[in-house]
Amino acid sequence: MAEFRMPSLGADMVAGTLVEWLRRPGDRVRRGDIVAVVETQKGAIEIEIFQDGVIERLLVEVGTTVPVGTPLALVSGIGVGAPAAPTPPPLRPEAVVQAPAPRVPIPGPQVGRPLASPAARRIAQQFGVDLRALRGTGPGGAIVSADVEQAAKAPRRFDPAEMRRAIGAAMARSKREIPHYYLSTTIDITVAQRWMEARNAERPPPQRLLLAAPLLKAVALALRGSPELNGYHGERGFEPSPAIHIGVAIAIRGGGLMAPAIHDVDKLGVDELMAKLRDLGMRARSGGLRSSELSDSTITVTNIGERGVEAVFGIIYPPQVALVGLGKPMERPAVIEGKVLPRRTIVATLSADHRASDGHRGALFLAEMDRLLQAPEQL
Amino acid sequence: MTAPPLPKQGPEISYREAVREAIREAILGDPRVFLMGEDVGRYGGCYAVTKGLLEEFGPERIRDTPLSESAFVGAGIGAALGGMRPIVEVMTVNFSLLALDQIVNNAATLRHMSGGQFEVPLVIRMATGAGRQLAAQHSHSLEGWYAHIPGIKVLAPATLEDARFMLGAALADPNPVLIFEHVMLYNMTGTLDGAGPVDIRSAKVRRVGRDVTLIAYGGTLFKTLIAAETLAKEGIEAEVIDLRVLRPLDTGTILASVRRTRRAVIVDEGWRSGSLSAEVSARITEGAFWDLDAPVERVCSAEVPIPYPRHLEEAALPQPPGIVAAAKATLGR
Repeated sequence: MAEFRMPSLGADMVAGTLVEWLRRPGDRVRRGDIVAVVETQKGAIEIEIFQDGVIERLLVEVGTTVPVGTPLALVSGIGVGAPAAPTPPPLRPEAVVQAPAPRVPIPGPQVGRPLASPAARRIAQQFGVDLRALRGTGPGGAIVSADVEQAAKAPRRFDPAEMRRAIGAAMARSKREIPHYYLSTTIDITVAQRWMEARNAERPPPQRLLLAAPLLKAVALALRGSPELNGYHGERGFEPSPAIHIGVAIAIRGGGLMAPAIHDVDKLGVDELMAKLRDLGMRARSGGLRSSELSDSTITVTNIGERGVEAVFGIIYPPQVALVGLGKPMERPAVIEGKVLPRRTIVATLSADHRASDGHRGALFLAEMDRLLQAPEQL
Repeated sequence: MTAPPLPKQGPEISYREAVREAIREAILGDPRVFLMGEDVGRYGGCYAVTKGLLEEFGPERIRDTPLSESAFVGAGIGAALGGMRPIVEVMTVNFSLLALDQIVNNAATLRHMSGGQFEVPLVIRMATGAGRQLAAQHSHSLEGWYAHIPGIKVLAPATLEDARFMLGAALADPNPVLIFEHVMLYNMTGTLDGAGPVDIRSAKVRRVGRDVTLIAYGGTLFKTLIAAETLAKEGIEAEVIDLRVLRPLDTGTILASVRRTRRAVIVDEGWRSGSLSAEVSARITEGAFWDLDAPVERVCSAEVPIPYPRHLEEAALPQPPGIVAAAKATLGR
């Protein structure tokens, strides 16, 4: 018997609210199946299971908010003992204590106490619904269970303040704990740009490549030679990851940021990678991200430079140990064989964790990225 | 009034005939069974339930008694103690008050007071309820009083099946069982296809619904089912529970339903104050308080002696419109 736990969907997540069970006790599940939906500061996320087996028992009721790591269900069967998914190490308990309690205590007898049925009060407490915010449809305008259930079901509005707090907490932790070092280099992408334009010329717009695809592929391939930059730093120190899952920072309308992962980027073709990028961007903004996409990035890439800045020096997203920043692609004068020529270039930066690597390693990584981008057809 | 939906096959049978068949079966099946009461023999019973039984079984098994409820209920207790299986008919629950001492002080207590040495396998049948313009001394619903007494079981058959088969289960019980037959049910007809032995332990869901639980028994069951149909036309799906057994109450069935619907209306032809409906309401509050979405509603008889004039009698009793209104009140409609 194994426990299916509330996953950590990022260093900034301390607790999640179970909003839906998609599987029932007795259901057979396979690794990768989506079994539940969890509400986090990043919206509703579909949670996958990482082993084959049979759901034996659900331990957490819909509507309950529990800390990361809390067992949600018991799973038995053939999958017991299967290697665990590559998930980041669990958060320190102190982080859980900081969780803002979403529940509003049911007000005691007092002036202005909302008229609500016993069932409504019980369910409101369970779901963390504030009765004072509801309008009742029951006898005498009383709030009844159906009113509370409807309020609990309504998608929680995106709360920029909450996300800001979460980002702040994760970044403060990163800056507090991770000894960052920063490297920067300018990469000539003229060849890559031409290669891409040639490919795009024969394609309809929806199938065209964006520069992000070859850049990400180059990051992934370069990481193969620099395992010190790819993995997690946990209780036992740094653990490199054999898989290369790149978290792609995506800005969210209304403010905020998330970095869902594209899995095994080093093994994807450039076109395949492009399709995944498009899909991810759409789902990040409209909901429907999977738990693994939020929890198992082994490195993050931010190309905020697309928005106009020349270089970005990012803050590492714990427990990862590196972040690659890509600036704005620009025509710059370059000196080649004694001549000044206009070249298309991009500034690539690396923020890396000194506990896992040194600047020498970082420099090799950026140089390898550069080398790879000079032969884009081989990406 | 019509029977609840049963398969429309086989011969039509009335509630009265169903009870008669139950008595016949009991007498034929067990030499210890006999029937006694006022006018049960030559007259055929004041509600004609026992018509023809004297001719069929003779005066040893069908015994007319003097007009003394205390005497013939006491005789029934004695016969039961002596090994017989008497069915005692009391004309109406109003008259049973004359035998209250025998029922409450003797029948209900002897097993307890003898340390289990004596059993009283006695069945007492009586009519109850209003609706036939029989005025205040023949129309009351006092079965709730008996449901107060430990040591006896209290049944309220409301369907043809229960009228036909509850008696057998009551006779098989080693303790005193009181059966209350509502006077407005005797002419109800239907068929008994597929009906069989019934238990005398459980309440039954007679109509499944999700929005409100209507709890009734005996004469109010069909008024309640009519009310449920009216509610359905307005989009309210009422669940209807037939209590069947008033003592011991099947609290589990009641609570299971109320926990789902979160609302309850109790329909009881007894008066509200100190009534069976009060007991059911209390049990709902005790067992399902945190599942309730509305105060428990009750539809009971007006707190007056049941009037003689038809319009006043009807006004005094629970009626479908009042049940509909109470159900809607629990929904805030």
